Parts: sequence; structure tokens; C-alpha cells
Amino acid sequence: MSVDTIAAGRDEPNRNRLWKWIAGLGLALIGWGFAYSQLVPFSEWLVSLFPVDRASHLGEALAFFIYDVPKVLLLLALIVFLTGVLRSWFSPEKTRAILAGNREILGYPLAALLGVLTPFCSCSSVPLFIGFLSAGIPLGVTFSFLIAGPMVGPVGLGLLFGLVGWQVALIYLVFGFSIAAVAGWVLGRMRLERYLQDWVRELNTGSVGEAPEERLDIVDRLKIGADQVREIVGKVWIWVVIGIAIGALIHGYVPEATMLRIMGGEAWWSVPAAVIVGVPMYTNAAGVIPIVEALLGKGAALGTTLAFMMSVIALSLPEMIILKQVLTYRLIAIFIAVVAAGILATGFLFNAII
Amino acid sequence: MKTVKVYGPGCKRCETTESMVKDTAAKLGIEVEVEKVTDPKSIAMAGIMSTPGISIDGKLVHAGGLPKEDALVTWLRGS
Repeated sequence: MSVDTIAAGRDEPNRNRLWKWIAGLGLALIGWGFAYSQLVPFSEWLVSLFPVDRASHLGEALAFFIYDVPKVLLLLALIVFLTGVLRSWFSPEKTRAILAGNREILGYPLAALLGVLTPFCSCSSVPLFIGFLSAGIPLGVTFSFLIAGPMVGPVGLGLLFGLVGWQVALIYLVFGFSIAAVAGWVLGRMRLERYLQDWVRELNTGSVGEAPEERLDIVDRLKIGADQVREIVGKVWIWVVIGIAIGALIHGYVPEATMLRIMGGEAWWSVPAAVIVGVPMYTNAAGVIPIVEALLGKGAALGTTLAFMMSVIALSLPEMIILKQVLTYRLIAIFIAVVAAGILATGFLFNAII
Repeated sequence: MKTVKVYGPGCKRCETTESMVKDTAAKLGIEVEVEKVTDPKSIAMAGIMSTPGISIDGKLVHAGGLPKEDALVTWLRGS
């Protein structure tokens, strides 16, 4: 392709481009629907090819694995696409402008909400953090944003909806969101600015450059969605497969009585234990939800399972290492403690009422 | 000779952006010096919140996501 055709791409009838995309997406959606509808017969057929008894432990585990892998990947692709398109209307720059204008208490829930909607990758959390602070956004509000981003991501919610059910997805959404808003507020009240790294404290506020905003048409947005599918599914599929394998082992081999004793609502210590196990564990939302599915299926208490899932997704070691560039160890410890307290409270609450 | 800076902590998209800049400049026959900025402090100081970001001769033209090819052509040709 010569440079001139690239440059002329804008002028080429946009209508034509749009119709191509609509036709392509329509076909992809039909293919998706067909594949999704055939999941049960296809996986049962595939399992029957293996020389194992379907009712044995191994048979159960195998069936779980073979059914869940294509299902999760299909759901993941759809969710990532929709999220990518939706998020193309949001940007960190716009979010910063909105938050900088809201200094009052409303800033915390607003930051949590925008954390869910703004495109975010943990690799750029440091520039984002600095960008927010230099625009005069309070530290606590910035934390609300940074907690909500990974914790209440659309991938986790969508998979929870598809694999476990809408009730649990809704509970997760409401409580994840509340923890982000409240933990940000608590951290804000603690006046922790002195525990930022020195260079961050010395930054001048208000002196920020800004990239000009680019105009995107609907095809550009669809393309962003498709690029996201390629990039994210290409990156996380291995975590998905590992997560489903663990879920399959739990589903096939762990007796319900054992599960009830370890993760049942009766054992008060199961909630803190779930958090302690969950924090150092590193995977993404797509990898942990199949494990959650298997745990709940075996009778694990909802509060304990929620606590486990939240601590895996919201508090991860790699993210802390990235944040170490702007936060001191002391501030990181406080941050983890406050978020973990919110997760514990959620876990205890649900074990008590259900 | 234009100086192009590509800001990004080293994720895959940042590398793609860098090679896109080089390829497009080569096609246009424009001489460029591409510098990669990976230090988070410098990225933040440049006012970039979402990576990859691109600046040409000190002027920030793009932040967040892969640049569009036709936009890249305009930036490299312009100013």
C-alpha cells in the first residue's frame, strides 16, 4: 500500500467502510451465536471420545474443562469487544477534567464510576496517577479510581454474569464499587500525601501538557473494539485455561463436605483466610471466575468466595510493584490494609446474611 | 530531520507504535530520529496519561492507543 492510499483513506467513501464493518460484524455475531448454542452438544461429544467414565471424578473434571474453555473464550471476546467500543468515548484526559471539577464528597463515587468506564492498563497507572495529582485531584479520589479500574472491570462482571448468574454479578458490582468509593474516602481522610515518593511531592500542580483530542468515527470505534479483542484475548487466554483447569479439578475431585468445612459460612476464619490466599495470587478476572464458578458449585459460602475473588483481582503484587515508583512502602501497606478491610467486611456481611 | 519521541513503559502496543512511526516515515521519505521514552517519571512529566504517546519536535500529538496510520502521515508531514 502506497502512502498516498493511506492518506486518502479518510476521503474514501466512509459509507463503504461502514457497511463492510456492519456486514463483517453481523456474520461474526451469527457465528458466535451458533457456536454458543452448540456448546453443550459439542463438549459432551468431545468428552465421549475420551476413554473415561463420564460419572467418575476424572470424567466430571474433563467435562467441566472442555465445556468451560470455549464458553469463557466466546464470552470474553464478546465482552472485550463491547467494552472496547464503549470505552472509546472515554479517555483519561476527559476523566481527569471531570474529576478536577468535583472536589466534594461526590468525587469518590464519581471516580469509582469513571474507573470502570475509562480505558485503563496497569502499565500506564503511574503516568495516570501523576496526571491526576498534577491536575489537583485529591489523593483519595485518585485511589478510588485506581481501585475501581481493575476490581470492577467489565471482563470480570461479564464472566460472572455468564458463568455464575446475574445475582452474584450484581452483588459484586455494587460491593466492588462501594469498596472503591469508601476506601478512597478513608485514604483521603488519612492525609497520606507525605508518604508519596519525593519526586511526586515536588511536582508542580497545574503545569500539565495535553495531547489534542482526535476525532473518531464509528468505524474507528469498532476497529478499537476488534483490536482490543485481538490484544486482550491473545494475552489472557493462558490465564483462562489455567483458571479453568483449577476449576475443573475442584469440580471433579473436591468433596462437598470438605468444601463446606473450609469455605462454608460456619467457619469464621474462612473469610480472612480467603483474603490472605487471594492477595499474593496473580491472575486476571478472566482466570479467577471459572474457579469461583467451581467453588460456588461445591457449596462454598458466597461471602468467602467474594472475598477471595476481590482480593485476587483488586490487590495484585505486580501492580504494587508498579505503584512503588510513586508510593512509599508505608503508603502501599496502608493502601492494601484499607482495601483488604473493605473486602473482609463484604465477606463477613454476606456470610452473615445468606 | 524530525525528532519523534514515543512514550510508553514497554508494552507491546508501544513497540508497535514505534515501528509504525518508522515505517510511515520511511514511506514518506522523511528523515526521523525516533527516541523511546520508557521512564514513567518522564512520561508523566510530558503530560501523558495513557500510553503510547507520540511527540514530534517537542509537540505532543497523540496519547493513548495505537495511532491511526493516516493521522501519522499528517503529523509527520505537517508543521
